[in-house]
Amino acid sequence: MKALGKAGSKRIGWPPLAVAAPFLWLAVFFAFPFLLVLKLSFSHPALAMPPYAPKMDWSHGLQGIGDFLKALSGVNYRRLTQDDLYFASYLSSLRFAAIGTAISLLIGYPIAYAMARCGPQARRLLLMAVILPFWTSFLIRVYAWIGILKPEGLLNAGLHALGLPGIDILNTDGAVYVGLVYAYLPFMMLPLYAALERLDPTLLEAAADLGASPTKAFWSVTVPLSLPGVAAGCLLCFIPMVGEFVIPDLLGGPDTLMIGKTIWTEFFSDRDWPSASAVAIILLVTLVVPILLYQRQQARALEAQR
Amino acid sequence: MSGRDGDTAARRGGGRRAALGGIRDPFAPWAAPGAEPLVRFESVVKRYGAQTAVDGVSLDIYPGEFFALLGPSGCGKTTLMRLLAGFETPDEGRVLLSGEDLAGRPPHKRPVNMMFQSYALFPHLSVADNIAFGLKQEGMGKAERDVRVEEMLALVKLEDFARRKPAQLSGGQKQRVALARALAKRPSMLLLDEPLAALDKKLREETQFELMRIQQALGTTFLMVTHDQEEAMVLADRIGVMQAGRIVQVGRPMEVYEAPASRYVADFLGDVNLFEAQVASVEAPHARLTAEEAPGGFRVVDEDCPAPGATVWLAVRPEKLRLSLDAPAGNPENTLAGTVWDIAYTGDWTNFIIALPNGRHIRAAQANANRRVARPIGCDDTVWVCFDPDAGVVLTQ
Repeated sequence: MKALGKAGSKRIGWPPLAVAAPFLWLAVFFAFPFLLVLKLSFSHPALAMPPYAPKMDWSHGLQGIGDFLKALSGVNYRRLTQDDLYFASYLSSLRFAAIGTAISLLIGYPIAYAMARCGPQARRLLLMAVILPFWTSFLIRVYAWIGILKPEGLLNAGLHALGLPGIDILNTDGAVYVGLVYAYLPFMMLPLYAALERLDPTLLEAAADLGASPTKAFWSVTVPLSLPGVAAGCLLCFIPMVGEFVIPDLLGGPDTLMIGKTIWTEFFSDRDWPSASAVAIILLVTLVVPILLYQRQQARALEAQR
Repeated sequence: MSGRDGDTAARRGGGRRAALGGIRDPFAPWAAPGAEPLVRFESVVKRYGAQTAVDGVSLDIYPGEFFALLGPSGCGKTTLMRLLAGFETPDEGRVLLSGEDLAGRPPHKRPVNMMFQSYALFPHLSVADNIAFGLKQEGMGKAERDVRVEEMLALVKLEDFARRKPAQLSGGQKQRVALARALAKRPSMLLLDEPLAALDKKLREETQFELMRIQQALGTTFLMVTHDQEEAMVLADRIGVMQAGRIVQVGRPMEVYEAPASRYVADFLGDVNLFEAQVASVEAPHARLTAEEAPGGFRVVDEDCPAPGATVWLAVRPEKLRLSLDAPAGNPENTLAGTVWDIAYTGDWTNFIIALPNGRHIRAAQANANRRVARPIGCDDTVWVCFDPDAGVVLTQ
């Protein structure tokens, strides 16, 4: 018994390289930059290169570290609470992301459902069609929407050809929604498709056999069993939408308020790196909540499968 | 075509029942004068592209019956059941339930329920909610529903598992939940698609008796699809044997076993030795046959034997053959000489494979009635195989 325990502990002692690799990746590309931004958020702007102070002075050893830590302050965070702009930006971003996600779900669910119901041949083709846009640069695709939505663009040309009045949608919140839904729809559809495709069609037969009409069977069997896909799709859309910068910048108007744009302005127009970092840290904390929810849901889904 | 076959087969079986010496079983709603069938298939045809899955089936199933459709995979038995459940629509013919044509009625409006081979339990619902699913669709109130669910759980002995999810159940428990769910609405007919196929042998045997108990307790008409002949024989009041989309024989288990309508049926249900023979003379109820393998000829009890000169097959089950090491005197009837080619001891039975002089192998089986008796017959021994006149059955097709 003892020998067995020893052998077991030996096997899990040091993680093999395969396990270490993702941790190393996270440390270099996530934890280290995050700590840099965190440190920056407690600094204050300065006319220098780079434009913030204090800077760590390694030549003074421990004394230098102490001085450095003493010079840090939470003043940037206090500023965030004093200026309504930031709060409004966060709220507006969350609203954009929530509504964009909801529209994506409403459009993505029927498409994913139809895809899952197709024959295997058509299924492969449609799946390819969903993934294909990724072969073009994201930026170019968003630019293309300017060509479609601008006053003399394709959309209005089409409306005029039908004898309808044109609409002025470019540089409004409406255009931002179009861009968000367009860009993130595949992230909604793919997990939904995966969940719906796994659904055993005999379950629907069983529901029909027990007296459920096709509509009732859809709501009482298909929808509940696709909820893990809905959750995954919503979070995959919502999280990047909140921090989206390119779409509001290119398609949105001067009044379009999104946190990604605010961070950009702080960094590059105002050259206030510490404030921008504080805004970014708050954004990260805001997003950690849905990410944790997502992970908990995924873990539960895994457990349910077992 | 097959319907007519079924009718003649049933008549033949019925006519012979006295001769067969069956188990006394007064339950025979199909034989009652003026009996109305619960389900009637009328010349039903179902095609998939160029393939004909169900090829002109006519069949009546009577209230309270346990009917088994038996056949190899791909013979159309599941399609026939799905036609009744409404998952398929017939290309020709009609399916009637209590005299009413079911055409155009979607599955959710048919008063039959099905137990699926894969059980098809809803993974997101608890055992109790699975059972209540059909009742909810009916619009039954919660209080009444709870009572019914309790009742069904008690019926399948799963009272303690109401709150479990299907993933937390064993295969046998899932099977019972599926059964309870299908019975909860008190359907006029329960369809069972290979109900025991996913269970191991021991559990299958227990569950067979459980199914019979439940069927008798509720009096519901059961229609079962199976490829397992033993399962069909144990459970069913009547068996319909299917071959390539047609029903080739309908009858009580004993009728289809002891008086098969064809070589196909004889071979599909259990083991059989077939001897090609010519009818020499008919003196009812006996018939004499000549065959290459039996120097003394065959004499069998058969009332429907064709006229002399016809080529027929004599079917004899292995357990009806007797083996002897002693040469018989003279050249008696129903006796064949051979050598023991192989012996398989299976505990309850010992199976012998006997090589006949012409090289053909036949099978004989002997019950191991005693523990310590000497078993004198060994491999390569010369043996004489004989059987009684009413052990064999004459087949014309």
